[in-house]
Amino acid sequence: MYIYDDFDLTLVAERVAEFRDQVARRLSGELNEEEFKPLRLMNGVYLQLHAYMLRVAIPYGTLSSKQLRALAHIGRRYDRNYGHFTTRQNIQFNWIKLSDLPDVMADLAEAGLHGMQTSGNCVRNVTTDQWAGVAPDEIEDPRVWAEILRQHSTLHPEFSYLPRKFKIALTAAATDRAAVRVHDIGLRLHKNGTGETGFEVMVGGGLGRTPFIGKTIKPFLPKRDFLSYIEAILRVYNQYGRRDNIYKARIKILVHELGAEKFAAEVEAEWRNIKDGALALDPAFVADIAARFRYPDYKALSDNPIELKRARAADPKFEGWFRNSVTPHRTPGYAIVTLSLKPEGAPPGDATSEQMDAIADLADRYSFGEIRVGHEQNLALPHVAQRNLPALWEALDAVGVATPNVNLVSDIIACPGLDYCSLANARAIPVAQELSRRFKSLDTQREIGRLHINISGCINACGHHHIGHIGILGVEKNGQEFYQITLGGRADENAELGALLGPAVPYAEVAEAIEDVVAAYVELRERPNELFVDTVKRVGIEPFKERVYATR
Amino acid sequence: MTAPSQQKLKVQGAAVITANRLSDGAVVYRTAAGAWTTQLADAAVVTGTQAAKELLARAAADENIAVGAYVAPVDVGADRIEPGNLRERIRVAGPTFSLPACIAG
Repeated sequence: MYIYDDFDLTLVAERVAEFRDQVARRLSGELNEEEFKPLRLMNGVYLQLHAYMLRVAIPYGTLSSKQLRALAHIGRRYDRNYGHFTTRQNIQFNWIKLSDLPDVMADLAEAGLHGMQTSGNCVRNVTTDQWAGVAPDEIEDPRVWAEILRQHSTLHPEFSYLPRKFKIALTAAATDRAAVRVHDIGLRLHKNGTGETGFEVMVGGGLGRTPFIGKTIKPFLPKRDFLSYIEAILRVYNQYGRRDNIYKARIKILVHELGAEKFAAEVEAEWRNIKDGALALDPAFVADIAARFRYPDYKALSDNPIELKRARAADPKFEGWFRNSVTPHRTPGYAIVTLSLKPEGAPPGDATSEQMDAIADLADRYSFGEIRVGHEQNLALPHVAQRNLPALWEALDAVGVATPNVNLVSDIIACPGLDYCSLANARAIPVAQELSRRFKSLDTQREIGRLHINISGCINACGHHHIGHIGILGVEKNGQEFYQITLGGRADENAELGALLGPAVPYAEVAEAIEDVVAAYVELRERPNELFVDTVKRVGIEPFKERVYATR
Repeated sequence: MTAPSQQKLKVQGAAVITANRLSDGAVVYRTAAGAWTTQLADAAVVTGTQAAKELLARAAADENIAVGAYVAPVDVGADRIEPGNLRERIRVAGPTFSLPACIAG
C-alpha cells in the first residue's frame, strides 16, 4: 500500500470543504448550473439518467481494506447498497443525491479517497497493472511512477483545462494487463541494451468514436526524464489540441493529423527546454516515493504446500477455481487471487456493500489488508499464502465472488449503458447478462478457452468494445437498439482493433449472433488451445460473417 | 453521444418537458402550472415544435429546481401518458434488470 502523508490528507480535506461550499451555493441558487457543472465534474460528479453519479478514483487500482469498507459504507448509507467497478480502476455510485455529496466526500476523505481526476478535461486517474508489485513477470513496481504522475498532475493548473480528458496507463510486465496501447499516453517499463530501466512512450492511442492504437514516439526514455517528457507531450497537446471540435479534441486526433514523427519532433523541441530543469527526477525523490509503498511482511513459505495439494486432489470444484482464478506470485508460497464480479446473470463489475465488507474482512485475514481493482471489472487479493487458498475459496464462494470464469467468455466487460448513462444509445448490461446465462456451463466455457467479450452502449466505448476479442457496440436505429459486432480486437501487448463483422443485429438477436460466432470459432480453430483472436487472425472474419448472416 | 438536451429540437408528436431535480437528480416533469412533478401522468403535454420550445424555455429558466431540461416524446392514450422511447421508459421505471441483491447477508 501507498501511505499518504499529511500533505495528501490535507489536500483531500480542503477539497471536501471547498466542495461543501460549492454545493451549498448551488442549492441556494447563488451558483447557476453553468457555473456549477465544471465544479462538480472536477470532483467526479455526473448527472445521469436517474440521479447523480459519483465516480471515485482508485489510484493504480490499489485499495486498503479500510478504503473498501469506506466504499461499502457509501453504498449502504448514501446509495442503493452497491457500487460499480469500472473499466478504469474507478468505482461509481449511481444513486447519489447532490445534497448528500459533501458528506459522502467527507466520509471518503477519511479513508484517503476522493473523486478528483475522474472527470473533466484533466489528467485522469492513472491506471496500471492490477497485479503491480506482485506479478512475477514485471521488472519493477509501476505504481511508483503512477504515483509520481498522480502527485504531479493533481490540480496542476496548466493541465486542468486540457482540450479534452487525458488518460495515462503504465505497465512494467511482459504481459500488458493495463491496455497501455489504447491510452492517450501508454508507458511500458523495460530494460535497454545496457540493462538500464526506462520507458517506452506511446501516444495517441484511444477508443471512442475514432479508435487508434498508440504510436511509439520514444522507444527508451530514461527515468530521470519521466516527468519532463510527459509534461512536454501535455504541453504540445495543450497548445495544438482541437478545442474547436469535441470530436477531434483528443490527442489521438492530433497525433494522427500531424503524424507521429512530426508530433514527436514537437515534443522533442518542447522537451529540450525543460528536460534539465525542475522536472528532472532526482533518484532520491523517486526512492522516497517508492519507500512509501509498503510491502507485506511475507513469511518464508514454499510453493505448493500440502494444504493446497490435498484440496486440489480432493475437490474438483476447488481445483477448477484454482486453475482459473489463482495466479503465480513473485514471492514463493504466495498467490494472486482474482475475484470474479461476473457471476451468472449479474451486471458486470457490481458489488454489494455486504460483498465489499466481506472482501475487506477476507483481505485483512488473507491478503495483508490489500485489494486490487482491475480494468476487467474484477477484484484481486494480491498477497494470499497458498496454504490459505482452500479456506479463502470457501469464504469467497459464500459471498458470490468465486465464479471460476476469469478470462472466459462470461467474464464480460460492459459499460453501464442505457440503463444508467445519459450518453448511451443502447443497453449493455442486459446483453452481458443474457450472454452469461447462455454460456453458463463452466465446461463449455473452459472448452471455448480465453475469450474476452466487451460491450459498449455507445460510441464513446467505455466498455472498450474495439479491443474485445468480440466487441459489441450498441447503436440506435429508428428508436430501436441494434448492435454492431467486431472480431479480433485485443488489449494486450499485441493490441489490435477489432474488425466489423457486418450489419448491426437487433437486441433480440445479439446473444444468438455471439453464440454463432463462438460456435464457428470452435469449429474453425486448428487445435483446442488456439485462442479465439488467433483463429480470427488466421482465417479472417469471412467465415464468421457467413455463419452469423447466413440466416439473417 | 449527443444527449437529448443538445440535439436540434424537432417535435413531431406529443411531448413533455423532463429534467432532473437539482437536489437529488430524480426524474421530474414540467406541469402546466409551471411546477415540477415526479409523475409523468401530471406532466403538461404539448404537440409540435413551437409549443415544446415555449414550454422548454420556461422550464430551462427554472434551473434552480430542475436541471438539464429537454423535450421527451410521449405516447398519449385514453387514460394515461406513456414514455415515447426506451430511454424515457428507463428513466420512469429504472434499469431494466434487478439491481444487485444482498448476497452476503
